[in-house]
Amino acid sequence: MAKRPIEPFLWTLFSAGGVVAALLVPVHLFLQYLAFPLGWLRAPSYERALALAHHPLGRIYLFVLCSLPLFHWAHRFRYTLYDGLQIKHINELIDLFCYGGAVVGTALAGYLLLTMA
Amino acid sequence: MVSIAADAVGHEMKQAPAYSEFHPRWYRSRVSTYWWLGKWAHLKFILRELSSVFVAFFVVLTLLQIWAVRSGPEAYAEFQEWLRKPLVITLNVISFFFVLFHAITWFNVAPRAMAVRVGGKRVPDVVIAGSNYAAWVVVSAIVAWLLLGG
Amino acid sequence: MADTIGLEVTRYSPERDVQPALQTFQVPLRKDWTVLDGLNYIKDKVDGSLSFRWSCRMGICGSCGMMVNGEPKLTCATFLSNYAPGPVRVEPLRYFPVIRDLVVAITDFMAKLQAVKPWIVRQQEKPLAEGEYLQTPQQMDLYKQFSMCINCMICYAACPVYGLDPLFTGPAALALAQRYNLDSRDQGAQERLTLLSRDEGIWGCTFVGECTKVCPKHVDPAGAIQQYKLTAAKEWFQSLLMPWATK
Repeated sequence: MAKRPIEPFLWTLFSAGGVVAALLVPVHLFLQYLAFPLGWLRAPSYERALALAHHPLGRIYLFVLCSLPLFHWAHRFRYTLYDGLQIKHINELIDLFCYGGAVVGTALAGYLLLTMA
Repeated sequence: MVSIAADAVGHEMKQAPAYSEFHPRWYRSRVSTYWWLGKWAHLKFILRELSSVFVAFFVVLTLLQIWAVRSGPEAYAEFQEWLRKPLVITLNVISFFFVLFHAITWFNVAPRAMAVRVGGKRVPDVVIAGSNYAAWVVVSAIVAWLLLGG
Repeated sequence: MADTIGLEVTRYSPERDVQPALQTFQVPLRKDWTVLDGLNYIKDKVDGSLSFRWSCRMGICGSCGMMVNGEPKLTCATFLSNYAPGPVRVEPLRYFPVIRDLVVAITDFMAKLQAVKPWIVRQQEKPLAEGEYLQTPQQMDLYKQFSMCINCMICYAACPVYGLDPLFTGPAALALAQRYNLDSRDQGAQERLTLLSRDEGIWGCTFVGECTKVCPKHVDPAGAIQQYKLTAAKEWFQSLLMPWATK
């Protein structure tokens, strides 16, 4: 191949993100952002939350949970803007916003999780 | 299908031809910006795609939560308090439905992309989708057990 | 059942008109008549200038695809009685330029079909003396569904991405590319991938799934395209991590 196309890689990220989003996000969203705040179920204590997030496996898990769904959003939203709003002519700006956003979020997740005391 | 004119063998032409006896004026209509409102199937598709925005919203909240956890018990409690705000709860209820919509449409559609074959015969779509749902239940149960236990 | 049903048909004559308009005709409503029968009645008995494509009238040639009440259909397989009391709106196939009345220009599809090389590609042709290519029923089963395509372009009329993006190859062409990729006799998968992996070839598809819903031959082009994406992705990683393994 003269120039390696990047699309297959971006689609793979989108798919992986889609699987993570489908399997994991519903239960996390329900528990952490509905059941616990509304008091339906008892939220974990601060010590337990810290223990889970601090554990090396916990950090890797949280990193994957934050990063891959962001790339799923980036790819999907990019095409939604292309097709839904027909603004494909500013595709460079859209691509930068979408994938750039995903990269920033991933970097942030990495920083937060790596530098946790 | 917008304004790219093609000649008889499909090559792009530099300018649209004037009407002549040997090239009729083809009629091309432009696709409306609101094409996705015309059919329920299209609207459902766009909603499915927009579910990714709510997935991203979840990630933003999770990043905030990680930040709160690592900042200490006060920050954690403050964040829990913030999560109870009516606006946040409403957004999360909406997000939950969209995230469910994403999961269901994803699992239902995955078998078509994978075309799993066992011993030369194609595994029926419902088996693949079913095992996806089963995995979903198991994984959710494990996460719930981890978050609720202790 | 009433005697007649109204057919609202698109009329467009490039010499005369700036844009298409609907004209209503009353055609007999017979139990076994299809929309195509109605159109032929109009052409025979009412207005001989009505132009439309048709051929086999039995759902196998793929010529008579048109929009019936906004849905892309084979008019030879769409019964008038299902739309009683009517009227039935018959328009040219969506997302294609209209040449005249119900006839659309299909050059874009033809060019894209040709571009995917829908034939057996061999590095080395098998000499005649060696006999035929042999293929087991299991091998044929791999691609059989995608070979059912009759090139009617109804999937193109249903695909919003095709309507929005002139560079998108489209459902039928991609399903046929996959049909040949999966054929055990074919050795052209790499060639096709190089052609299609660029830009919007395959990747413009966002799995709307309408193409599969409207296909009269149950080809499932959406499934073919997703499988093709998976293959392209696997090949991308393979060529990156194990370049010696790709042929």
